[in-house]
Amino acid sequence: MIDRSIRKVLVLGSGALKIGEAGEFDYSGSQALKAMREEGIETVLINPNIATVQTSEETAGKVYFLPVTPFFVEKVIAKERPQGILLSFGGQTALNCGVELHNAGILEKYGIKVLGTPIRAIMETEDRDLFVRKLDEIGVKTIKSHAAADIAEARAAAAGIGYPVIIRAAYALGGLGSGFCENEEELDAVAGKAFSFSPQVLVEKSLKGWKEIEYEVVRDAYDNCIAVCNMENFDPLGIHTGESIVVAPSQTLSNDEFHFLRKTAFSIVRHLGIIGECNVQYAFDPDGEDYRVIEVNARLSRSSALASKATGYPLAFIAAKLGLGYGLFDLKNTVTKTTPAFFEPALDYVTCKIPRWDLGKFKGVSREIGSSMKSVGEVMAIGRNFEEAIQKGLRMIGQGAFGFVCNKPYKTEDLDCALKNPTDTRIFAIAAAFESGYGVDRICKLTHIDKWFIDRLRNIEDTYRELEACEDLAHLDRELFLRAKRRGFSDMQIGRVFHVGEAEVRAVRKGLGLTPHVKQIDTLAAEFPSDTNYLYLTYNGESDDVAFTDGAGTVAVLGSGAYRIGSSVEFDWCGVNALSTLRKSGYKSIMINCNPETVSTDYDVCDRLYFDDLSYETVMDICEKENPSGVIVSVGGQIPNNLAVPLSRSGIRILGTSADDIDRAEDRKKFSVVVDRLGIDQPRWKELTTWEEIDGFVDEVGFPVLVRPSYVLSGAAMNVCYSKKDMKTFLEMAVEVSEEHPVVISSFMQRCREIECDAVADGGRVIASAVSEHVEYAGVHSGDATIQFPVLKMNAATADGIKKTAAAIAENLHITGPFNIQFLATDGYLKVIECNLRASRSFPFVSKVMNVNLIDLAIRCMLGEHPRPMETDPSRLGHVGVKCSQFSFSRLSHADPVLGVDMASTGEVGCIGDDFDEALLKSMLSVGHRIPENSALISSGDAGQKADMLEACRNLHEKGIKIYATTGTWRYLNENGVPAARALWPDEDEEGTPSAIELIRGHKVDLVVNIPKNYSEAELGNGYAIRRAAIDFNVPLITNSRLATAYIRAFCGKSPESLSIKSRDEYF
Amino acid sequence: MKKAALILRNGRRMQGWSFGYDGPASGEVVFSTAMVGYPESLTDPSYSGQILCVSYPLIGNYGIPPAEFDEDGLSVHFESEKIHAKGIIISDYSDKYSHWDAVRSLDDWLKEEKVPGIFGIDTRELTKTLRECGSMPGKIIPEGSAEDIPFLDPDAENQVAAVSCRETIRYGCGKKKIVLVDCGVKHQIIRCLVRRGVEVVRVPWDYDFNRLEWDGLFISNGPGNPSHCGVTVENIRKAMERNKPIFGICMGNQLLCMAGGAGIFKLKYGHRSHNQPVRMCGSDKCFITSQNHGFAVDTGTLGKDWEPCFINMNDGTNEGIRHRSKPFFSAQFHPEASSGPVDTEFLFDEFISLL
Repeated sequence: MIDRSIRKVLVLGSGALKIGEAGEFDYSGSQALKAMREEGIETVLINPNIATVQTSEETAGKVYFLPVTPFFVEKVIAKERPQGILLSFGGQTALNCGVELHNAGILEKYGIKVLGTPIRAIMETEDRDLFVRKLDEIGVKTIKSHAAADIAEARAAAAGIGYPVIIRAAYALGGLGSGFCENEEELDAVAGKAFSFSPQVLVEKSLKGWKEIEYEVVRDAYDNCIAVCNMENFDPLGIHTGESIVVAPSQTLSNDEFHFLRKTAFSIVRHLGIIGECNVQYAFDPDGEDYRVIEVNARLSRSSALASKATGYPLAFIAAKLGLGYGLFDLKNTVTKTTPAFFEPALDYVTCKIPRWDLGKFKGVSREIGSSMKSVGEVMAIGRNFEEAIQKGLRMIGQGAFGFVCNKPYKTEDLDCALKNPTDTRIFAIAAAFESGYGVDRICKLTHIDKWFIDRLRNIEDTYRELEACEDLAHLDRELFLRAKRRGFSDMQIGRVFHVGEAEVRAVRKGLGLTPHVKQIDTLAAEFPSDTNYLYLTYNGESDDVAFTDGAGTVAVLGSGAYRIGSSVEFDWCGVNALSTLRKSGYKSIMINCNPETVSTDYDVCDRLYFDDLSYETVMDICEKENPSGVIVSVGGQIPNNLAVPLSRSGIRILGTSADDIDRAEDRKKFSVVVDRLGIDQPRWKELTTWEEIDGFVDEVGFPVLVRPSYVLSGAAMNVCYSKKDMKTFLEMAVEVSEEHPVVISSFMQRCREIECDAVADGGRVIASAVSEHVEYAGVHSGDATIQFPVLKMNAATADGIKKTAAAIAENLHITGPFNIQFLATDGYLKVIECNLRASRSFPFVSKVMNVNLIDLAIRCMLGEHPRPMETDPSRLGHVGVKCSQFSFSRLSHADPVLGVDMASTGEVGCIGDDFDEALLKSMLSVGHRIPENSALISSGDAGQKADMLEACRNLHEKGIKIYATTGTWRYLNENGVPAARALWPDEDEEGTPSAIELIRGHKVDLVVNIPKNYSEAELGNGYAIRRAAIDFNVPLITNSRLATAYIRAFCGKSPESLSIKSRDEYF
Repeated sequence: MKKAALILRNGRRMQGWSFGYDGPASGEVVFSTAMVGYPESLTDPSYSGQILCVSYPLIGNYGIPPAEFDEDGLSVHFESEKIHAKGIIISDYSDKYSHWDAVRSLDDWLKEEKVPGIFGIDTRELTKTLRECGSMPGKIIPEGSAEDIPFLDPDAENQVAAVSCRETIRYGCGKKKIVLVDCGVKHQIIRCLVRRGVEVVRVPWDYDFNRLEWDGLFISNGPGNPSHCGVTVENIRKAMERNKPIFGICMGNQLLCMAGGAGIFKLKYGHRSHNQPVRMCGSDKCFITSQNHGFAVDTGTLGKDWEPCFINMNDGTNEGIRHRSKPFFSAQFHPEASSGPVDTEFLFDEFISLL
């Protein structure tokens, strides 16, 4: 019954990474594309996320970097005329777009078949009312929702059900706009916000404290069902599954419960008619066998990506094949390669997913977590007991924890409150509670976390106490040492107990013959032999599953770890490309990474995958077993880069630029010496350790100044300060981030251009480079800036200066491999602000825009292949690429959506156009901007910024867009001949004049431009209410005058209709 | 904590910790890859004579439910009146359990039932050994116990005789009467039948049920080597002459096959898991099944009146047969589940509908 009429398939991607929709859909989409390709089916992909693996030519046939909206998708359909479409591999974005295409009759018009789960079933799972009715038909219990169209209806419904209730917005991804309400007052606030996202709001009974259990179910067109994996949330219901620590398989369900829920899941997917993959989420009563179905996702999801990695079962790949009409019995288990895909994985390990939050990066954001997602990434840890897995995982998330215990003291004023009200650090509140003498039962009562988990955490605490009772490391007997390792203690953690270094613990450990063992993930718990290369380390075992060679011709690549603000899918693209070059060059490749939402952790992209921690200890353990001839640390971002020096000191060969040279670039002082010696200009800076020194230096250079710690991780704790007061407040925060490294203060240059150079060098000689420029003036973090490549207007002196500087630095630091230099430029000078001897965030962007794979070149340099220097001159390209950032402020309630030197975006897109305006427009629309049709609200900052914006405002007026402006801007515009209506600031009051907030709340404006004069505390306060209102009521917001100007000019000059619909290859 | 050793007949020795009963155990070491269901497995009479290695590492998490019996005298939570396995081998034991319906820990239960356990074993490594070398006799020896107890081969003895009931027991009521030949029946099978409104007469394995009147004959699961059950096979062969419905599960499948003239053989390491895929012959219908058996039917030796009705999708072994013209059929897997997936419970409905 395979549908042979399908020869070309359109795949919708999920666009930019955002909170609630992240790297997991690059993985799902890539698998679907691979499955189609294996069938000889042509693929067309629409996804503006240029940093993904799926948008590489090796993965997709044709790639359109365009917004995933019905408007653009229809245009691509009209051009490509595919026979089939895949909607379930691009998250909620693709699913919603698919439903709209269907409702608009576009799919029917072009005769396109939806492969897999039919649209009807998708709609039945998306519309709560339909969903409940559908499940009622088969007697499956759901959480009964009461739909409300306005606040009064919501109040009445809540009164009927009884508080606490949960409010959800219909058709929203990742629980957007939902929340718990204990009383009517809270309901008013939550429902008010939800209505801005959706015309319908649902009021439901809250089941706080119930267990949350998920099943990943697959069904084929022949009605065969399997439950590939079940998962249990460590955190009870009430916390979004994306915000929960999740274990697979479930730990606290008995056989009857496990199979009752499995059976129920089957009845659901059968009744709905799912074909492919589906996720069923349950609330499960901890005191009996009662349950409710929370929701069903009729598509690949974050959980399905996690389940794929947790079990080794390639859910997305299989789901795509099932969409073509295959039966599960037709397909093979891709791990064993002999047994069929119709089976349910048996695990002989436990996995633990831990979310990564970056809430510290946002001003004013609430740290509480709940029914709406806030996390930006996740890790998965694998162990043979829970203690081992969770301790590994807590280290992997990379936020300074050494494990569950032995961390910096947990600061809280009210421990009970910290346990009761979940935040991003609650797990450490549990550790603090043990320390304060709380018993297991008391913690359970406060947290509602199942006692089994708390007991297991207690085991870690007990082992910690046993260690502490030891006199010193030398007196630690082998048995206790082994028990500690089996309960997931790292060398560093043990070192902290005895106040000794990691190296010493490692030496003693190896002296006792304690090393981890390598185990395979084989889907069948060793029942059948398999050559699987999917591996992890454990101390809960006595032998290795795989054999090791002398390592000749083997290269290990270190991945990026958890996605975080500042490091995400772009480094996965770099890692995957590094592996592919290694393979092409005949090397055996090893990947080490711990992020389940990546393609690099797909076991078929490398020869051996170690799904494990990117720590010194673990990487060394793996290297000692595998003896790789080299390790690549420069394609995974800052985490592996930081391992260069310690690994190299331990005798590991770092491929490419030497660890010492990497250190010379990373260490600000050493780098400054290099730059000074080369006669390269840089902003004045100083490394300071005392307040007197700091005061003296700022008196000399004057404010504003840029303040940051020496080892910078994506601008963490970096800030611009405009006054001594600002600086003092900020520094107290920065010092907490890093105690070992002093603070660096540099003079901050205003109103100058920021230019980036991504390059590859071979033996100190630059062989390829790509120069791009920020649209915004310097001061917006490069990860948040809008970047254009190639640069269209640059004077010869600047261009020459960049070239010479890059060459001089490459030569001096003996660079072999990728590097990135950031410059500040005015007509008068060119200064270097930063240099990283690794791939940067923009490598995939520039590589794809100029059609030269910089990672491939870099790896070949590292392997000593001396590739030919790049022949194309990017500045002569006949097209332009623009990269725009995606912000997720709508999920971070109360956070100020203003951009600064610290990065805040969660993702990005990159679109190509025939000119800058076209590329910018496509890019802006891809990150969710909507071109205003009626009116815009402008408050345009200081005098200079007002002048910057004047022409753009005139354009708006000429286009017939009504301008509302706050007092100063209103006066300025009218004085300069641009008619504008006045809107009041939140603190102004004047009869008859609308307030800015009212205009936003009532959707009277469809664009808000709010430019803060500067980033001082005081200034930020004024516009905050306006910016936040724009986010909360879902009105597009721009906070930078340069970007606003460019965007307004672009949409005033070009209509969406006029934008070219070209696939990537058509530009070359 | 007390140390314990696991010793296999091939000389392999693994060190762990003792839990449960503090004494030695000897039996055939077999592995199961099921991730839940240890109370059901341990009380499954099919594990008689065997030491169970659970490859999933975290065992004991949800404790042990109360030993309650319903009005028919069937255990509410277990598969029989006692633990039948000789011992249990696990990797990581949860000494603290958490479940609303648990009344004691696995450790306490094993102690009470005098069954030794060992934890801290690399069960993946042990599973691989059993997979490569086949299931083999082994011993659990807690520190301080004598090591020289003999290795036991459960196939050498008639395990069925050891676990079958001694006299006839009646369950449920209904218009139709089923004779259930108890080769080591799991209580869930009886529950599945009684729940469908029939009277069940449970008879010992060697009981001559041809003396009774019945509407249907059921042949149960059971432990060990089916060749010890010649008398049962003879009785089944006679019963076939009545042309009344016959349904067998697991060993019941093997005995029905033997009565139909087919041969059986021992699998290298058996099928013990909750994820065995089977396909209904001649159809696109596939099922995930719960299994626990060491012997299999040699499909090639089936008589011409018989045909296979299910096959194992992993290794192609027989998973059930049916008579081409008469209402006789059987399944090698466990449609009653408990523990395991419940996808094939419809076979009970089919049997009842034939009566």
